[in-house]
Amino acid sequence: MADPTLAKQLALVIDLNVCVGCHACVTSCKEWNTAGAAGPMTDQQPYGPSPSGTFFNRVQTYEAGHFPDTETIHFPKSCLHCEDPPCVPVCPTGASYKRKEDGIVLVDYDKCIGCKYCAWACPYGARELDEQRQVMTKCTLCVDRIYSTTLPQADRQPACVKACPTGARLFGDVHDPESEVSRAIAERGGYALMPEWQTGPANQYLPRRRTEAAGE
Amino acid sequence: MRPAWSVILFTTLAGAGQGLVVTMALAAFTGALPAGPLRGAAHGVALVLLMAGLVASTFHLGRPARGWRAAAMWRTSWLSREVIVLPAFVAVVAAGWLWPSPALALLALALALVLWWCTAMIYACLRFIQEWAHGLTIANFIALGLASGALLAAVLAFLSGEARFARTLAPWALMLVVAAWALKSATFARNASLRPKSTLASATGIRSSRVAQISMGFTGGSFNTREFFHGATQSVLVHLRWVVHGVAFAGPAALLIAVAQGGPLGWLPLAFAIQYAGLLAERWLFFAQARHPQNLYYQVVS
Repeated sequence: MADPTLAKQLALVIDLNVCVGCHACVTSCKEWNTAGAAGPMTDQQPYGPSPSGTFFNRVQTYEAGHFPDTETIHFPKSCLHCEDPPCVPVCPTGASYKRKEDGIVLVDYDKCIGCKYCAWACPYGARELDEQRQVMTKCTLCVDRIYSTTLPQADRQPACVKACPTGARLFGDVHDPESEVSRAIAERGGYALMPEWQTGPANQYLPRRRTEAAGE
Repeated sequence: MRPAWSVILFTTLAGAGQGLVVTMALAAFTGALPAGPLRGAAHGVALVLLMAGLVASTFHLGRPARGWRAAAMWRTSWLSREVIVLPAFVAVVAAGWLWPSPALALLALALALVLWWCTAMIYACLRFIQEWAHGLTIANFIALGLASGALLAAVLAFLSGEARFARTLAPWALMLVVAAWALKSATFARNASLRPKSTLASATGIRSSRVAQISMGFTGGSFNTREFFHGATQSVLVHLRWVVHGVAFAGPAALLIAVAQGGPLGWLPLAFAIQYAGLLAERWLFFAQARHPQNLYYQVVS
């Protein structure tokens, strides 16, 4: 069950209305994390015909509606840091855990045996096994940035949030009703992915808005 | 899901070993077990199967040297519970081999059941893999293990010259094969009638009369496109279902009927070989039939 006692739950809120699908969050995530505490995020054949590699964040693209009333929706996708993460209790070693202090779901790479059971237990496919290191990896919400004591204050937020040129990624505490993320969810109709499985995703998405023509 | 050969081998080998131990224990309790080398041979074969399964399962791990850590989270993880019960079961079977006693036989029987339960719950507890999240998953693991173990016991009885005991076991093995067949057929029927609870609409939250993926965000594949897709066509899955019906169940059942009617006992090893091949196909299909909701996010390569 979700632990309602968590005083704080850090999360991302993704604004699908303004995401332009530039993948800056993808590359910035990889750049920070491959060199940071969660790295390296290895690649296989990065310059070959079929490059593959570990990423904590991906941007997909969907099309909705019927021509001519179609819209293109760019859809960033990373670990949702569920309030009741199904990946955590199945881990046989305790390598996967959810932090009590801020709700971030993390993997202890030194304990992970690479059994992949947590990835099977995640309905969102948010976890990726690093093929070279053979341990499970995932979004850390840049835990090594947000609590950094050496980075300038303005940089103490996830790399993807810093990189987004349109401000489509908001970061904060969704348990604090006064936070920017909580207000955005309340005012903009923020929603969770696959609510049918009751995982309580902390990350939420803001839907597209109809933009009226100027002057109307 | 992509079927993992390490897990297919582990669950089929260990399952047969568990079924063999249960059969020998029940035969000992009922007094049907003949004195002689059969008891020792069966324990030895069961241990070899269990150890082979254990070795196969370590090939599933990215970091096998850290495998010992998997016993840590038994409070929440069925995988952890399996990792604890398996060596305990092996130890009890080994002890029962060296020092035969009804108490050890009973304990081995109980641990065999617990081990099946743990193995099956690893899959059945994943609520969003609808093909697995059902009591039939547990029933299937137990029934298939018992059927292969009982048939293997009959084979070993024949090979150790216990023809009468082999003939006693054959009808029991037949009944278990038929029961497992019925359960597997029920599972196939249930799988065919399942409607996925997750849709592209619930996976993306995009409210529209039509939502289609244009790009999954990369071209060269990822862990997500490798681990959760079996890569076989629908027609392979359909045909394999008939292979399972024929090779795992109908073939061994026909040979067991022939043996029960007085046919040559030499057909028992053949029946077991056919059955084991069928169980490999059954277990492959068990994984391939499981549709993981994450696959909704990976429908278009570009």
